Amino acid sequence: MNKSIAFWSILMKDMKNYYLKPPNISWGIIFPISWTLMFFVRSQSAVDIRGILPGVMALSILFGTTSMLAVTITFERKSRSFERLLLAPISLNILMLAKTTGAILFGVINAFIPVFFASFLADLSGINWGAAVLSVVLIAVTSTFLGLFIAVSVSEVFEAQTFSNFFRFPMMFLCGLFIPIPNLPAVVRPLSFLLPLTYGADILKTAINHTGFIAPWLSFIVLLAFTLFLFLMSTRNIKKKWIY
Amino acid sequence: MSTTIIEVNQLSKHFDDFKAVDEISFSVNNGEVFGFLGPNGAGKTTTINMLTGLARPTSGSILIAGEDGIKHIKKVQQLIGIVPDESNLYDEMSGLENLIFCASLYGLEKQERESRAKQLLDQFGLANTGKRSFKAYSKGMKRKLTIAAGIIHQPQILFLDEPTTGIDVESARQIRKLLQELNHYGTTIFLTTHYIEEAERLCNRVGFIVEGKVVRIGGLSELMQDAQQDNIVEFALESNSTDLQKALEKEFPKTKITKLEDDKIRISSPVRIELMPFMNFFAQAQVPVYEAKVIHPSLEDVFVKITGIELSKMKKEKEGRKK
Repeated sequence: MNKSIAFWSILMKDMKNYYLKPPNISWGIIFPISWTLMFFVRSQSAVDIRGILPGVMALSILFGTTSMLAVTITFERKSRSFERLLLAPISLNILMLAKTTGAILFGVINAFIPVFFASFLADLSGINWGAAVLSVVLIAVTSTFLGLFIAVSVSEVFEAQTFSNFFRFPMMFLCGLFIPIPNLPAVVRPLSFLLPLTYGADILKTAINHTGFIAPWLSFIVLLAFTLFLFLMSTRNIKKKWIY
Repeated sequence: MSTTIIEVNQLSKHFDDFKAVDEISFSVNNGEVFGFLGPNGAGKTTTINMLTGLARPTSGSILIAGEDGIKHIKKVQQLIGIVPDESNLYDEMSGLENLIFCASLYGLEKQERESRAKQLLDQFGLANTGKRSFKAYSKGMKRKLTIAAGIIHQPQILFLDEPTTGIDVESARQIRKLLQELNHYGTTIFLTTHYIEEAERLCNRVGFIVEGKVVRIGGLSELMQDAQQDNIVEFALESNSTDLQKALEKEFPKTKITKLEDDKIRISSPVRIELMPFMNFFAQAQVPVYEAKVIHPSLEDVFVKITGIELSKMKKEKEGRKK
């Protein structure tokens, strides 16, 4: 059997049914604009667009992917249409990769919306685009798998949202986007290094503003390790909880 | 000679201390319709889930079309179609899109899945509503489309969990007809139901499951024969003629005569009843006979006899659960 047909169909179905719906497209545009405005209000003067770009990009990905995946999987699970996928003759890994690829693409696109706006307002020359794109993809993958991990752990959509915030908000404040990690209190600083967004945001900072402080190769390895860990944990949980 | 297509041996599923399915063994022949009957919580859905790969057995073995149904479930899933007890297609997608999507899950090429989807919509009487979204379908239409999705890849075996529960009489009748057609063209059908009459109409063989155990399996005629203790004939006579009871008892001492209603008399005998002596008796007594009927036990009688469970209670429980 040609499993790529099943993979592609699941991805296209999700794109059409969830990601390309007008509310989600507007979310992708409104969210980065809101963040930029928030920084603008906070600084009470001209905003350093290039300075805030890594943060806005990272948070756009984090919120976009975790929200979408937590909702779509929980929703399909509740309506039992997810059972149809579990009963298809494709491996769980292929199924979950198909389910998450849509969210990953959604996250990547979300990340470049602020870049698009910033290109009109700031000079973006000198950015290491290769590293920036790679880090965007890795942040999208880890955030999506975090969303998957959350979706597999709950049974209701509202639980998924609540549980997501439990991860997202600490990550937002501890990943070094608002307060540089070296300036954080020594007690919470180790926590920062347990969060995947710390590494993704740091690569973005290095790629865009050369202000990161972790070696990029180390961040890439850590992000890959997080990706693998979250995916394996999620599929393990699915096998344990949904194929009971 | 019939070949076995599903072979289940000592299959169990435990949830902590609770034995949902307890060491059941049965086989299903290629090309037959096999029904699993039992009350709520008997273990029907758990069994179907284990056979289709949605639940892992605690112990036992499953062999489907020669493949190990536990170790090689993904291979088995290519050969089987599944219709769950709820119509679980995608609300946002049209009937046609749903079928095309389900076909793609089994690796069908674009052209094949489109033609197969259109063919099934036509076969199931849904051709005119193929572009309507699934959420706008009636319950009966949803059920039909869910069955169509189950057979989109032309499986050898079709598993159906309560196929007609909660839908109107006409849709249920159409679905039964479609299932008979499918079986006629060679699809083996395994279904669970709590509608005895449905099992009676559709199944070649049935298994009764109670509290996780299979208590009896057999062909319909075999089961009914077992349940039949006496040969019974009912005569419908002219009203107020049933005072013949005593005369009948005197004439036919080896039979049991029961007066049912004003115009009916039931004759029971451990041996086969010959009708002519009775007809002669009524002719001599100048009593007109309007009907003579041999009474066979129904599957319901068999079920009650074997399981001791009243069907009316079982139906009420099920309907309450669906609401």
